[in-house]
Amino acid sequence: MDSDAIISALAPLVPGAAYEAGTSVDFATIYVPADRLVDTGRALRDTPSLRFTALVEVTATDYFPRDPRFEVVYHLLSIAHRLRLRLKVRTGASGSVPTVQGVWPSAGWPEREVWDMFGIGFDGHPDLRRLLMPEDWEGHPQRKDYPVQIRKPAQTYEPLEISEEEFKANLQRDRTRRMSQ
Amino acid sequence: MAELRTETMTVNMGPQHPSTHGVLRLVLDLDGEVVRSLRPTVGYLHTGIEKTAEQKKWQQVVPLVERMDYLAAQSNSLAYVLSVEKLLGLEMPRRVKDIRVLIAELQRIASHLIWLGTHALEIGAVSMLFYAIRERELIMNINELVAGFRFFPSYFRVGGLREDLPRGFHDAVTAFLDRFPGKIDEFEGLLDSNDIFMRRTQGVGIVSAETALAWGLVGPIARAAGVDYDVRTYFPYSGYETYDFVVPTAREGDIYARYRVRMRELRESVKICRQAIQRIAPTGAWACDDTRVVPPPKDKVYTEMEALIQHFLIYSQGFTVPAGDTYVPVEGPRGEHGVYIVSDGTNRPWRIKMRAPSLFAIQALPTIVEGGLIADVVAAIGSTDVVMGDCDR
Amino acid sequence: MAGADAHLHGLDPELPLITTTVEKIVQWARRSAIWPAQFGLACCAIEMMATVASRYDLARFGAEVFRGSPRQSDLMIVAGRLSRKMAPAMRRVYDQMPEPKWVISMGACASIGGVFDNYAIVQGVDQVVPVDVYVPGCPPRPESLIFGIVQLQRKIARSRA
Repeated sequence: MDSDAIISALAPLVPGAAYEAGTSVDFATIYVPADRLVDTGRALRDTPSLRFTALVEVTATDYFPRDPRFEVVYHLLSIAHRLRLRLKVRTGASGSVPTVQGVWPSAGWPEREVWDMFGIGFDGHPDLRRLLMPEDWEGHPQRKDYPVQIRKPAQTYEPLEISEEEFKANLQRDRTRRMSQ
Repeated sequence: MAELRTETMTVNMGPQHPSTHGVLRLVLDLDGEVVRSLRPTVGYLHTGIEKTAEQKKWQQVVPLVERMDYLAAQSNSLAYVLSVEKLLGLEMPRRVKDIRVLIAELQRIASHLIWLGTHALEIGAVSMLFYAIRERELIMNINELVAGFRFFPSYFRVGGLREDLPRGFHDAVTAFLDRFPGKIDEFEGLLDSNDIFMRRTQGVGIVSAETALAWGLVGPIARAAGVDYDVRTYFPYSGYETYDFVVPTAREGDIYARYRVRMRELRESVKICRQAIQRIAPTGAWACDDTRVVPPPKDKVYTEMEALIQHFLIYSQGFTVPAGDTYVPVEGPRGEHGVYIVSDGTNRPWRIKMRAPSLFAIQALPTIVEGGLIADVVAAIGSTDVVMGDCDR
Repeated sequence: MAGADAHLHGLDPELPLITTTVEKIVQWARRSAIWPAQFGLACCAIEMMATVASRYDLARFGAEVFRGSPRQSDLMIVAGRLSRKMAPAMRRVYDQMPEPKWVISMGACASIGGVFDNYAIVQGVDQVVPVDVYVPGCPPRPESLIFGIVQLQRKIARSRA
């Protein structure tokens, strides 16, 4: 099935969605508007003639000088019909995309990785935090305006949470308590 | 009578721990021996391969991509070169496809051997590690014969292979294929009916077919649950449709079923390798004819002007790939993996993204393990065959 | 004669005795039984496993057991690429090892950052822990790692206890 066949199969199920067929050398590609993404996903998964039950990848690409800047790409697999499909959602620099974790649970961590690497938020994601970089890292590394090489010494200690006076006061208090027992 | 106070205990496993497959951190909430919740943390091996590859030319990305899933290195590079060749529109000669199939299946055998060794080691059968690595040394010898490097030969290139097969390749591979089925029998004799192994793995860590597909686990995990999806039969690449082999499946979906599926995959790989080595002529075509991508032979470079210019252009500025994006999946030892490539028409990739089967396996680990015993955590991680280089890239 | 038998200090040459210094004995004991801690990070860890396995047996050089706990080991072989997220954990493992302790940096990524000169990898493990021996390679052959361990043994032999 090519892109146009899938769009015509989807059009009655998701009314009012403005799909665009994309060009590709391998399998069908469809551009989906962000607000109809979850309905499209549900239709793709549940319709007997489509049955895209497996989401194999969620990723994003940064086309930096172009606006909208990002494209979030979803690869779907239908084992029953031997089909593959690519969904693309265009979004801007501060945009966000609804999460499809309710439709395919396998989207959880790949969406976290897209947030970590690109800074694209996912509305409704239960646990949107960094996956691959340290929790307190600043910046989104795979954006085109982030440098590849940085000169930063390795951080080896987590900072101490209390001050030295507090630490000494605690020691003194324990000492006196032990002596009075 | 005082009430016994019960509460859950939080235990941290890793990131440095003898029984995780690389640097994986698990925070377990235990109620006695029962795991109430498991929270994995990954990212301790994040290498930024994808961003580094944007700075290299197309041919230079091959060694980078190989270091992602380091147990089946040539599988990664096969996925990458197939994607680039799809964008370029290149068609490989039959001999190149057969050599690629042979080496990919040898990589599958090598990766499954490490899986077998470490999985059995963690369950308690320590000597399996030594037996498995001993057989793997023979495959490393074949790698070294072909490209001079045991681990990351970088033998697959965009446009074909790096150079022709060396003398002695057929003998080495045939000797290995004659010896190996007897060794598989030996390994199965050690573990198949072993009471301790069976009690630790049967009925444990069950993944059903719907769970596997919902969590994106397409590979031996799904095949052990009954789904017969294998990229080699559903979306064949590199000539796999001309080979005669069976995709093994099982029904129970527990750790023992995954073990049986992988052992049968070892036998099927030997079958495919035997068919491939009979078709490969000792010398012949090792690359396609496209002169933009494949460098000319060295004797022509030293004598002819056009060959010299072509050689210089290929090695200095590289070839350009038409704009577009593509994803060609291959069946790696861990499941489906592939490289999603975006090209903007220049001589460097705009974006590459590698689909990591181990990421999905670790994401699904809480579903597999919660409610079981802590001893099953280790067995379950071993059976999902995760590699942290693959997960973190 | 007195000059040739001076080392016997008047004892009978038939007695089964060796004389030496305490320092030499202690250093001989330390270098002949170095027990590494498991710190395999990435691909070099697989080559480390191959070094321990039957073909390139590392146990014949004294590294009999790879201890799971750093508190019971002398040597940390940093095998693989160290990412920024892992650096605090690695420092903590190094601090848990009792003295005397040594570090071998195995592979190009541990020594200098390797192929990966980017935001995610620490460019050389010696930014985090002091390294005694660097073993280059990507990954180094098992023979290279064995040579690295033998060099470490020679270093221990000539250092002060």
